[in-house]
Amino acid sequence: MYKYDQYDQAMVDARVEEFRDQCRRRMEGHLTEDQFKPLRLMNGLYLQLHAYMLRVAVPYGTLNGQQMDALADIADKYDRGYGHFTTRQNIQYNWIKLEDAGDILADLAKVEMHAIQTSGNCIRNISADHFAGAAADELVDPRPYAELMRQWSSFHPEFTYLPRKFKICVIGADKDRAAMKLHDIGIQIVKNDEGELGAQFYVGGGMGRTPMIAPMIREFVPLDQLITYAEACLRVYNRYGRRDNKYKARIKILVHELGKEEYTRQVEEEFQHMLDQGIEPPFAELERIRPYFADPAFETGLSDDIDRSDPDFALWVDTNTHAHKAPGYVSAVISLKPVGGIPGDATAEQMHLMADLAREYSFDECRVMHTQNIVLPHVKKADLYALWQKLEAAGLGTANLDQIGDIIACPGLDYCSLANARSIPVAQKIAQRFEEKGQSNTLGELKLKISGCINACGHHHAGHIGILGVDKKGKENYQLLLGGSEGEDTSLAKITGPGFDEDGIVDAVEKATEVYLNEKQEGERFLDTYRRVGMAPFKEALYG
Amino acid sequence: MAELISENPAEALASGDVQFRFRDDELVSDPAVTVDAFVGQSNAVAVRIEPGDDARELLPHLDRIALVEVNFPAYTDGRGYSAARILREAGYAGELRAVGDVLIDQLSHMKRCGFDAFAPDAPLNEDDAKAAFDRWPHVYQSAADDRTPIWNLRHER
Repeated sequence: MYKYDQYDQAMVDARVEEFRDQCRRRMEGHLTEDQFKPLRLMNGLYLQLHAYMLRVAVPYGTLNGQQMDALADIADKYDRGYGHFTTRQNIQYNWIKLEDAGDILADLAKVEMHAIQTSGNCIRNISADHFAGAAADELVDPRPYAELMRQWSSFHPEFTYLPRKFKICVIGADKDRAAMKLHDIGIQIVKNDEGELGAQFYVGGGMGRTPMIAPMIREFVPLDQLITYAEACLRVYNRYGRRDNKYKARIKILVHELGKEEYTRQVEEEFQHMLDQGIEPPFAELERIRPYFADPAFETGLSDDIDRSDPDFALWVDTNTHAHKAPGYVSAVISLKPVGGIPGDATAEQMHLMADLAREYSFDECRVMHTQNIVLPHVKKADLYALWQKLEAAGLGTANLDQIGDIIACPGLDYCSLANARSIPVAQKIAQRFEEKGQSNTLGELKLKISGCINACGHHHAGHIGILGVDKKGKENYQLLLGGSEGEDTSLAKITGPGFDEDGIVDAVEKATEVYLNEKQEGERFLDTYRRVGMAPFKEALYG
Repeated sequence: MAELISENPAEALASGDVQFRFRDDELVSDPAVTVDAFVGQSNAVAVRIEPGDDARELLPHLDRIALVEVNFPAYTDGRGYSAARILREAGYAGELRAVGDVLIDQLSHMKRCGFDAFAPDAPLNEDDAKAAFDRWPHVYQSAADDRTPIWNLRHER
C-alpha cells in the first residue's frame, strides 16, 4: 500500500500546525464561530447533538495493521472505546473534545493518517472498490489513480470553497461495488480498443434530497490527462454551481439544469484550454505510485479446497467471502453488523484484533467497505477456518454479508443534529426480527438501507429495501422504499406509500419479504422479483 | 514574485485599504468600475469582478487593465478563486487584488490562485497573516503561482 514520502509527511504535519493555530485564534477570539466552522469542518470536526464528532479519512478505504491499531488507540484515549465506520470508507468518533482535536490529528499524522477534507464544501476523501487489487473480475486496481487524485485534491487552492461538498469514487471493474454512479464524479478505469487504459467519467450523481444517477460525460480520458479533465469538471462547477440554495448546490443539480450535453460542452471547452496550462502531473508520478499497490507475494500452488465440515463455518464462507484473483486465496469480510448491534461500530479491542488478523492472514492490509464492514483482502483459503474461529470468539463472525441483517444505517437522531428520526434502533429491531424468524439465509441477497433524514447518509435511495425516517407532526415516521440498487445496474428506490411508526416499519419490511418469497422465481433475488412484478403486489400486501 | 510588503500597520488601515502586496510597482489607486461598465468604456484602467461575473469577458481588454479587484462578499463563496486563475492563465500580469471578506485562513490559497494584493474589509493581524502566507512547505498542484508541485520535485533529476 501507499507510503508517505518526506513531502506527504511535511504536508500533513503542516496541516496539524495550521489547525492548532486556528484553534488558538478561535480561543483568543480572533476567529468568530462562523469563521472557524468551515475550518474545523475541513479538518473533520462536526458539532453533533451531544459532542464533537471527528471523521478521519481512510483514503480509498485501505489501512494497514499499524493504522488500525492507531484508530483503536484514539477510540480508547479520546473517545468512549469505540469508533464508527462510515459509508464513505472513513471512521468517525462521536464523543470528541475540541481541545483534544489537535493532539488526535498529531497522533494520526504519526501513522500517515489525517482528517483533511473529510467535511466542508471541498473535495472529500476519494473512495474506491473495497475489493481493489484482489477481486477476480477486476481489470485494474483503481487505487493508484485514487491516490493521484488524493494528492491533487489535497489543499487545492481553487476548489476549497465550492458551492457544496464534492465526492469522487474510482473503480476498476465492470461490477460496481462502490456506488460509483452515485458520486459527484465517478470514474471507471477502462481499456480502449487499442488496449490502453483510460478513465471513463460519470458526473453529477448523488443521493440526498434529489437522488440522481450520474450520466457518462466522457467515455475515455487518457491517463496522462486525468487530472486536467477532473480540474475542468470542477472549474465549471465552481463557477456555475448554484450558491443561492444549499439544497440545490450539488453538481448533480447543475448537470441536471444545464443538461448533460451543455455541461459536457463547457467541460470540454475548459479542458481544451487547460491542456496548455501545465496542470497534469508528470506521468512518472503515476508510475511511482503504482508499485505501492502491486500484488503482495502470493504463494503459488495452493489448494482451493475448503473443509466445510463445520456447518456454521461453511455458512460464513458462503456469505462472507469474495472470489480472489490468485488461486488459493479469497477476500474475507468481517461483518460489523451483529444482530442487535450498531451497524458499523467496532470497539477498540475489536479494532486491535482486526489489525492483528490483517498482519497474520492478509499481508498487513484491511479495507473499510462503504457497507460499513471490514475486508481482509488476501486470505489463504487454508487459513480461513482459523481466521473464522478468532472472529467468532470476538463477536465478529456474523455471516450476513449483503443479507437483510447487513444493514447500512446513518447515525440518526441518536447522534446527528440533522436527523428527524432514529435509525439505529430500527436497524436493530429489523435484524432481531429476521434473526428470530431464521430467514436471513432464505432471503439471500437483500440490501437494506436506513436514513434518519432526507439527506440520505444511509443511502436509502440505493437499497433493495430503503427506509427514510421523517418527522410527522413531531413524531418519528418511517417511509418504505423498494427497488434501489447501487451496483452496475444502479437504480433509485421508489416510495411504497404512506409511512409507518417504528414497529410498523419492521412489520412492513417483513410483509415485503413475504411478497418476495411468494412471488420469486428460481434464482431471483428480492431486487429481481421486484423489478419483474413491480410495485403493485407489494402495495397490496402493505396497504390492501 | 516580490517579497510581501505590508502597506501600513494594521491599526493605521481603514476598511478596504490594501494591507498586503507582493508587487513593487506603484499601487493603483484608480477607482475600479464594474465589468459591464469596463467593457463598455475605453478609459478605465481598474475593474472589479463580482462573484457572478464572467472573468473571461475581460480577456480581450487585458492590455489596458492595471488593476483587477475580485470581490469576496462572503469568504465562503469561492468563485473568485477561479476568476483569478482564469486571468492569470490568460497572461494578465497586472495587480490582482482580493477585496471584501478576506481572512487569514484563505490568504495562502488566494495567493496560489494569482492574487498579489489583499485589501480586507477588516485589517488582519500581521503576524498571523505572515504565518498563513508561509504555511505550506510544499504544494501538491500547479496553480497560478510559481511554486513547483511536489510531483515535479519528486521527478527532477
